[in-house]
Amino acid sequence: MPPPEAPAAVAGAHADEPIVRLRHPGRWVAGALLLVLAAMFVNFVLTSPRLRLDLVAGYLFERSILQGLLVTLELTVVAMLVGVVLGTVLAVMRLSENPLLRGAATGYVGLFRGTPILVQLLFWFFLGTVLPQISLGIPFGPAFVSVPTNTLITQFAAAILGLGLNEAAYMAEIVRAGIGSVDRGQTEAAEALGMSPLTTYRRVVLPQAGRLIVPPTANETISMLKLTSLCLVIGLPELTTTAQLIYGRNFQQIPLLIVASLWYLVLTTLLTIVQTRIERRMSRGVLQATRRGNRFGVGGR
Amino acid sequence: MTATTDAAVPMVLARAVRKSFGDNEVLKGIDLEVAPGEVVSLLGPSGSGKSTFLRCINHLERIDGGEISVNGQLVGYRRSGGKKYELRPREVAAARRDVGMVFQRFNLFPHRTALENVMEAPVFVKNEAKGSARSRALDLLDRVGLGDRSAAYPAQLSGGQQQRVAIARALAMEPTLMLFDEPTSALDPELVGEVLDVMKSLAAEGMTMIVVTHEIGFAREVCDRVVFMDGGVIVEQGEPGVLFTNPQHDRTRTFLSKVL
Repeated sequence: MPPPEAPAAVAGAHADEPIVRLRHPGRWVAGALLLVLAAMFVNFVLTSPRLRLDLVAGYLFERSILQGLLVTLELTVVAMLVGVVLGTVLAVMRLSENPLLRGAATGYVGLFRGTPILVQLLFWFFLGTVLPQISLGIPFGPAFVSVPTNTLITQFAAAILGLGLNEAAYMAEIVRAGIGSVDRGQTEAAEALGMSPLTTYRRVVLPQAGRLIVPPTANETISMLKLTSLCLVIGLPELTTTAQLIYGRNFQQIPLLIVASLWYLVLTTLLTIVQTRIERRMSRGVLQATRRGNRFGVGGR
Repeated sequence: MTATTDAAVPMVLARAVRKSFGDNEVLKGIDLEVAPGEVVSLLGPSGSGKSTFLRCINHLERIDGGEISVNGQLVGYRRSGGKKYELRPREVAAARRDVGMVFQRFNLFPHRTALENVMEAPVFVKNEAKGSARSRALDLLDRVGLGDRSAAYPAQLSGGQQQRVAIARALAMEPTLMLFDEPTSALDPELVGEVLDVMKSLAAEGMTMIVVTHEIGFAREVCDRVVFMDGGVIVEQGEPGVLFTNPQHDRTRTFLSKVL
């Protein structure tokens, strides 16, 4: 048996002894390693004669790059609009009491989340090979208007179909979760006040669901911005495709990919700032109550 | 507020009301009449169906048999040619405007201030002008003792304050009937009094009230009549003085011996 510790009464005699904190040598080693790697990287960037940073600067505001950027932005906005609107419809369908509507929405979400978006983009692009004409008329009856599929589904339309319909499946889940998170008591209180179902949705359910829907929707928008680069496979001249077209001629792949990356970074950074602002605005009534601003139930990450 | 109501027409008339959740029949034929200006409390053990019955009165629960009318108007249905047709949600909503309801868990709108909570229904249901809705809402908040907290969000208010805002919110629609579903059950004991005080003053002003409660003291002091429910039926009812001192049924006696 070890000798008994000094009795508590004597412990006070050592009260003046200094305290030695635990040391963390591992942190210093890791830090040093990172510094070395960073120095190597900077050295490479500054001294490599092949990296051609001058080309990066030259192409950053080049006309076709800026046009590609504009197409990327258009694609992002339109595809997200399709995604949000169709996604909300799908979410409402999934919450419906009609089993057929519910089943259709569930099937949609399963199909579009279960296949790669790249495949979906190609699918819409090549739709004309199996469906040469798109007609408007009575089902199984005569057609009033008939248009060749390839006239109707341009590169841009195929991109919007591919990106937007896929996005709708994800947005449906987000909207459904948001609506489902609103307490049943809220709807009952609104109903008890004599609100119609529509007013209840507009004034009570959606504003509260929005607090949970907006942050992941902003995330989806940021994802979408980058997903548009997949339109490379259907040759739509957005930012990445444009960069590729240029390096296909001059063989300066990395400098042009850096040009595209810089623009993506600028846009995602801007979107993140907007997202933070919207979140702060949406958390009214929750933020003010928790003084330190730790919002509960908000944010997807 | 009851002056406009014809005294011959009961404020609430329930006949043979039945309600089931799946196989579980929670209301097994309830008959109840409440006169204008009357204050009635529904008492009973949990699971007795008292809250469900209260919720049937403004059609938050759909009844499976019998009928309920408020102010002579059938609740949730339209009678025509010997049948009762279910109303559309919008028609149900319109009928609820005259019936205020206060919930156990307050159910204030968390994204709106106390003032906005009270203004919400007059502005967006009755299309009242914002200015007049605001001044009426401020009066109502004053009346429940919260005139100085009108800008607070629900999360910044205590439970008792939230419940008083909820009462003001219901009163903003100028109801002729107020339903209270265990309004003090979710409150800390020291906050119960402030809510009961508001309810007492409301009763004193002649509001018709139906209160599901466990507050025997409130029932004894304020209510004109106590209705004791158990197992989905009304076991007995009477003036609080009589029912509390001389219950006729064993089930009432057993219940009262536990809560008194």
